[in-house]
Amino acid sequence: MSEKQRIDEATGTSTVGHEWDGIEELNTPLPRWWLLTFYACVIWGLAYTVMYPAWPMISSATAGMTGWTSRGQLAQEMKAEADRRAPILAAIAAKPVEQIPGDEKLYATAVEGGRAAFKVHCVQCHGSGAAGSKGYPNLNDDDWLWGGDMGAIHQTITHGIRAPEHGETRMSQMPAFGGMFKPAELTSVVAYVQSLSGERKADAASAAGAPLFAANCVQCHGVDGKGVRAMGGPNLTDKIWLYGGDEASIRQTITKSRYGVMPNWNEKLDATTIKMLASYVHSLGGGEAAPDAGAAAAAAVPAATPAAEAPAANVK
Amino acid sequence: MSSNNDLLVDSALGVYQKRRGVFPKIVSGNFRRFKWLVMVVTLAIYYLTPWIRWDRGPYAPDQAVLVDMAHRRFYFFQIEIWPHEFYYVAGLLVMAGIGLFLVTSAVGRAWCGYACPQTVWTDLFQHVDRLVDGDRNAQIRLHNAPWGPAKIARRLLKWSIWLLIAASTGGAWIFYFSDAPTLAGQLFSGTAAGVAYSTIFVLTVTTFIFGGFMREQVCIYMCPWPRIQTAMLDEKSLIVTYKDWRGEPRARGKKQVTEDGLPAGDCIDCNQCVQVCPTGIDIRDGAQIGCITCALCIDACDKMMEQVGRPRGLIDYCTIDDAEIEKKGGTAKPIIETLRHPRTLIYLGIWTSIGAAMVFTLGQRTRLDLNVQHDRNPVYVALSDGAIRNNYTVKVRNMEARPKDVTLRIEGLKGAVAWAGESERTGATQSVTVPVAADSVLKVRLFVAAPSEGPERQDFTISALAANGQEKGDTDEVVFERPAGGQ
Repeated sequence: MSEKQRIDEATGTSTVGHEWDGIEELNTPLPRWWLLTFYACVIWGLAYTVMYPAWPMISSATAGMTGWTSRGQLAQEMKAEADRRAPILAAIAAKPVEQIPGDEKLYATAVEGGRAAFKVHCVQCHGSGAAGSKGYPNLNDDDWLWGGDMGAIHQTITHGIRAPEHGETRMSQMPAFGGMFKPAELTSVVAYVQSLSGERKADAASAAGAPLFAANCVQCHGVDGKGVRAMGGPNLTDKIWLYGGDEASIRQTITKSRYGVMPNWNEKLDATTIKMLASYVHSLGGGEAAPDAGAAAAAAVPAATPAAEAPAANVK
Repeated sequence: MSSNNDLLVDSALGVYQKRRGVFPKIVSGNFRRFKWLVMVVTLAIYYLTPWIRWDRGPYAPDQAVLVDMAHRRFYFFQIEIWPHEFYYVAGLLVMAGIGLFLVTSAVGRAWCGYACPQTVWTDLFQHVDRLVDGDRNAQIRLHNAPWGPAKIARRLLKWSIWLLIAASTGGAWIFYFSDAPTLAGQLFSGTAAGVAYSTIFVLTVTTFIFGGFMREQVCIYMCPWPRIQTAMLDEKSLIVTYKDWRGEPRARGKKQVTEDGLPAGDCIDCNQCVQVCPTGIDIRDGAQIGCITCALCIDACDKMMEQVGRPRGLIDYCTIDDAEIEKKGGTAKPIIETLRHPRTLIYLGIWTSIGAAMVFTLGQRTRLDLNVQHDRNPVYVALSDGAIRNNYTVKVRNMEARPKDVTLRIEGLKGAVAWAGESERTGATQSVTVPVAADSVLKVRLFVAAPSEGPERQDFTISALAANGQEKGDTDEVVFERPAGGQ
């Protein structure tokens, strides 16, 4: 090959001596530092495979001198994250649940923590957007069976509703009136219930149902039909129906009763998670102020000039 | 080996080539003076910029040029760039690119010759060489001398000065990313962030190696720019040209040669152009990739021509077109006409329009920005009184360095009220005022309730205005959704 080496006239540089169909290559060697850099990279690469897991063996791979593993790194990162969260979780744990919304930063953190926990534990019944479905309450709206302030929500999550074998659970039971009302009576009670929320105009049938309602239903649903939260008795005058507000659904409810169950979460989740869940549910748009403050606010509203007051709303 | 081996210029065919030292001689002249000026200006900009103060009030840093990574802000005098406005930075980079094309098209590799950091720092390091070892001949002598106490002492001194320059180069860089006086204090008390020290270390090492040992190797082997630039040069670009039609044949001892009756050009073969070249090339071989067009050979040659009583400009900036004209005995066009060639003007046009567009949009931008996202899960919520509520995640960006009260107002939705965050529907109106901290984004949930009667999907607007009504606000068009069929 080297016999063909010659000096190229145009450049004054020697050729390498190869020739392909008349095409020749000039000999312009790499600079030395380039070659040394290449060797250094090779050495680095070899050292790397010794320091870190690399070479495949029959059943596993070499472990590497540093002892690094991706699982180990993950554990380390998870621990660092847990350490980072620890102070704020401790702060949430230390604060009474009713006071969490008062602490802007704590509340925001609790809402996000609750959002994550909700996605794991609650979406099976309440849906991923907490919008519920038939028999499972929508947590976004302003209608609450057992109360919508922080304390009430916290109590509901902690002890559940009609949770079996849990003494502290929220308990009430609607009787099945199927055997008690005569068919005509049943029809008039259904008509009366529908008239309460304006689903149906008041007429003779609903008027006939009024005394029956007064005799059988007011203990839980209230004299005015607006519900009794202590009993979990739904408000029948609003537009929100857990099991449907049409005639057939109401007839079904009265005849056979309903028995919605929610587990008590205190045995499955830690106290801080439950507080965060309460914060999240409270933040969805229907959250109520603590009972005392709520009454004061309600009293103040008619007097306030909305245009002047509302922009100053305390939003943080 | 073959019998042709004696043809080979260098040693036998090898896999690598050892770097030949370049020991450029000091030169004086107009281009050298210009290089001094550029060096002083560019180094001053680099080292001093982070220390310029700029008062922005109590809510923003008072450093004129600051890349605040932690808070994701870029400050440049009175301009503040947020991450979503990064297109301004992209625009600057595009301008820098086209600016290089423009310069290359007009005056050849002027960037390489004068302003490139590699050139500026190499020049600085070469001056250190001269300061410690003496000029070219002394440097070569020391280079070839065997290692002894004197050489070791000289080398240690020189490398220490290099290292000092390198460390302060790396040190200056980090001040662009944090408050300079604070960071300087932390740096020397050992309390600065680890990344500050590692950045300084990396930049010190690269400056030391690139400026001290690699020098022209960076330009010839590592930098892609010479290849791109040589492809961009055309016959109308100014390049450093040895006017061979005037200089050849070279004659050392010209008088003798002419007396002997042989032809002789102006080049007296004094080799000054080679000796002053910072990349160690011979410009008389013609345009080549190693030529960074620093024009020091022009200075050197002009001086020699003056001494032998010949006209200056044997080596000069010249276009290929002009060279052809001059070869035929004509007079080259004046430089101003060379600069006016279409390609240069097109680059200039693109460059200035991008700049003008950026300045224009910079003047038009609002410092209050609204971003509304309709919650999709659930799309709507039926309320106990039959009304429908939609939820929106609203982000209000206050891009000014002072806190603001911002009024969010809904328009175009009959009978609707809005409230936000933890406030209540009772008493809500069509607007909500929220306080937004200085230079920050407020994320708030906006609840909008409207009667259930209406179309399934209804467009309306949410606007954000500074509560004092002074500044330009922002408006977003959003959708309100109701259940199918209504109630």
